[in-house]
Amino acid sequence: MKSVLDIRNLTIALPKGSDRPHAVENVSLSVGAGEIVCLVGESGSGKSVIAHTVMGLLAGALKPVGGEILLEGEDVLKVDEARLRELRCTRMSMIFQEPMTALNPVMTCGDQIDEVLRTHTSIDAPTRKKKIIAILERVHMPDPERLYASYPHQLSGGQRQRIMIAMALILEPVLLIADEPTTALDVTTQAQILELIRDIQRERGTGVLFITHDFGVVSEIADRVAVLRLGNLVELGPTEEVLRRPQHAYSRMLISSVPSMTPKHRDRDTAAIVVLRTDGLGKTYGGSSFFQKSRPVRAADDVSIEVRRGEALGIVGESGSGKSTVARCIARLIDPTEGRIYLGGDEVGWLSSRVLRKHRRRIQIVFQDPYRSLNPRRTVVESVIEGPMNYGVSRKEATERAKSLFEIVRLDPRALDRYPHQFSGGQRQRICIARALAMEPELLIADEAVSALDVSVQAQVLQLLDDIRDKLKLAMLFITHDLRVAAQVCETIAVMQKGKVVEYGLVADVFNTPKHVYTQELLKAAPGKGWDFAAFAPA
Amino acid sequence: MTATADEPVEIDVAASSAAAVKKVGLFGRLARNQSVAIGAVLVGLMILIGLLAPLLGATDPTAISPAARNLKPGVERNIFTPAGEQVTRTFWMGSDSLGRDIYSRVLYGARISLIIGVTVAALSVAIGLVIGLIAGYIRWTDGPIMRVMDGMMAIPGILLAIGLVSVWGAGLVTVIFAIVVPDIPRVVRLVRSVVLSIREEPYVEAAISVGTPVPLIMFRHILPNTIAPLIVQGTFICASAMLVEATLSFLGIGIPPDVPTWGNIMSEGRSYFRIHPHMILFPGIFLAVTVLAVNMLGDGLRDTLDPRLSKRI
Repeated sequence: MKSVLDIRNLTIALPKGSDRPHAVENVSLSVGAGEIVCLVGESGSGKSVIAHTVMGLLAGALKPVGGEILLEGEDVLKVDEARLRELRCTRMSMIFQEPMTALNPVMTCGDQIDEVLRTHTSIDAPTRKKKIIAILERVHMPDPERLYASYPHQLSGGQRQRIMIAMALILEPVLLIADEPTTALDVTTQAQILELIRDIQRERGTGVLFITHDFGVVSEIADRVAVLRLGNLVELGPTEEVLRRPQHAYSRMLISSVPSMTPKHRDRDTAAIVVLRTDGLGKTYGGSSFFQKSRPVRAADDVSIEVRRGEALGIVGESGSGKSTVARCIARLIDPTEGRIYLGGDEVGWLSSRVLRKHRRRIQIVFQDPYRSLNPRRTVVESVIEGPMNYGVSRKEATERAKSLFEIVRLDPRALDRYPHQFSGGQRQRICIARALAMEPELLIADEAVSALDVSVQAQVLQLLDDIRDKLKLAMLFITHDLRVAAQVCETIAVMQKGKVVEYGLVADVFNTPKHVYTQELLKAAPGKGWDFAAFAPA
Repeated sequence: MTATADEPVEIDVAASSAAAVKKVGLFGRLARNQSVAIGAVLVGLMILIGLLAPLLGATDPTAISPAARNLKPGVERNIFTPAGEQVTRTFWMGSDSLGRDIYSRVLYGARISLIIGVTVAALSVAIGLVIGLIAGYIRWTDGPIMRVMDGMMAIPGILLAIGLVSVWGAGLVTVIFAIVVPDIPRVVRLVRSVVLSIREEPYVEAAISVGTPVPLIMFRHILPNTIAPLIVQGTFICASAMLVEATLSFLGIGIPPDVPTWGNIMSEGRSYFRIHPHMILFPGIFLAVTVLAVNMLGDGLRDTLDPRLSKRI
């Protein structure tokens, strides 16, 4: 096979004072024509740096100090800016993670694709338009004529990503670099985009360098896999070979950390008391103001769920399904507009804030973003003891409790006096869990609590949550978009779509015999459903 | 990280302390910023000049000597002191149409200008902060408060000053009040916008769910985030207040003409400007340098205190 991209011994230096001398060290890798090579690694592994270097888009602080990058034999590290501009789009193209910010919001989609043609070719206007309409059709856009004249904000995330793909492929480059192109998309949209990339790539014989952190995506799309760790290439081989028999300990750890789609069997204590029950819970946003017409949005509609002591209920759904709204209503961070919330025997959905304060400590919540969940100006011990001190515990006693909680969440109690920026994302999430546990809650809500974490760290935090639940007999409400995580953590699961619970039942039942069409779609779209990663074998 | 789920997670003490070393202290960063350093030195100099005016050879700024009118800078004259003694004095910056020493007047004028700048900045920031916190955090107050603020912003400062002078008479308090009122809404808007973005941060929601009372949330979690933009806004208000005071005095609706302020000195020199430009030149230079210094200080503080901008340094 002819290789279109040949990276040889690439080394890229980091600025002085960084945690390691090189962003990428001695990496050699090739992409053949008609081949998809997946570059996998956790955050900070240098995978995006490689992609940006190939495109000549490297940030000024980073300098390639060794090696060469041959695009069809031409070293892109040595060519000047003018030649590089010529190469982009004609020989190599890139699609990015965030389709909203990758498109110019004040230009129509058609004009943006047209710009590529005008810059690189001398085709006349009517032919250009014909070409654009043709490629829009090729990326399965409905009504290409109308989309040609639409602005990016009028399209959904998946449609925008299709526009990006159309723009990248219109000049038929030999190399396509895709930097996490589906990470920001919902799982059903992701499945469609992956299929599209695969189809077009086969049809045109394009070489694809696909960057991802998700082994599910890897198993769906890759011909070969390269695993990066802290800038070093630790493993490179055919997909099936790497997934079945990873050679390096790191790849083995990474692959086995991917949660299984097969629900974990858990024994249920059917006599356990019901900690949380909602009855027809609803939240409508909007309503009229003086100058605006009323445009109500029903974010949650008639949600009735219950969680028993020692059990976890998962709420899964795509973005905008209302799962976070439900969590925030239950935590009373926002006020519900309909229905009731029972905590133990007490109705808490309609309590005034004064009366509610008594009940606050019984429900605690862990948020998605570990970098924003802790006040950066306060030491972590201050954050952990804040809650208990609100309820009259002395500072000394609260600090003692914080120390023992740090041991429970497996952090060094000596680190209590540090500031949040001195901890990694996973460690911060542990601190947030410690803060929630300090209140001795009856219900712990995890709102996408592991979504922002790397897969190996995610596995650790999930294990921790599991241990805590068993030890403290906590009831948990687990909000996630990731079916794999839900399968491993929860006893029962509620699938939400457009504010409504469309399917609700035991995890095993919902996964094995989904009744609702939407659940079936979700399960079908889950990337890598054919693999049981932890077992290194097809499912 | 290679730790498995069952081992305690070791925190790399060396790495975190290295991070701590890398983080230069706030004062280190401030001193390293050129505009902060220059601005602070110049402002400090002006404060010293104002405070130490009597020690810098300034005499009574209001003493009239008819024999020494309209002198050019650097001229020496024998004049009579109020006690009746005859002394020789050098008029470093010349004298005005009543024979008053402009050097002394400019030095004493620094006091008034700085007092007005600092007082106006402190008052409008303090009042604006309280109103802004309330408007930003307590939802239902937002509409009414902000409409009142819009109304206040619509009042032209100079018109308000004229109105106040006609009611209360000219004076320092009137001038300060007239400048503070239109500045409050600017601070309120700034504080409110910071509060609106910070109140959505997960750490504030976490504080709500651990039952922290609203006043504590404001004080602990929200207020500290407003300090940096407020310091910056404060310096700009300080600079503009000095300018507005000069404008008001120049128009004759500010501080009474017998009190030496930079605006008053320029106002009196206006009619002789073509023949004796020094009457306006020297107070003008002092005013310009002070305002520039305060603005540089503010710019520098913004760059240093805003973490997004400070990365570039």
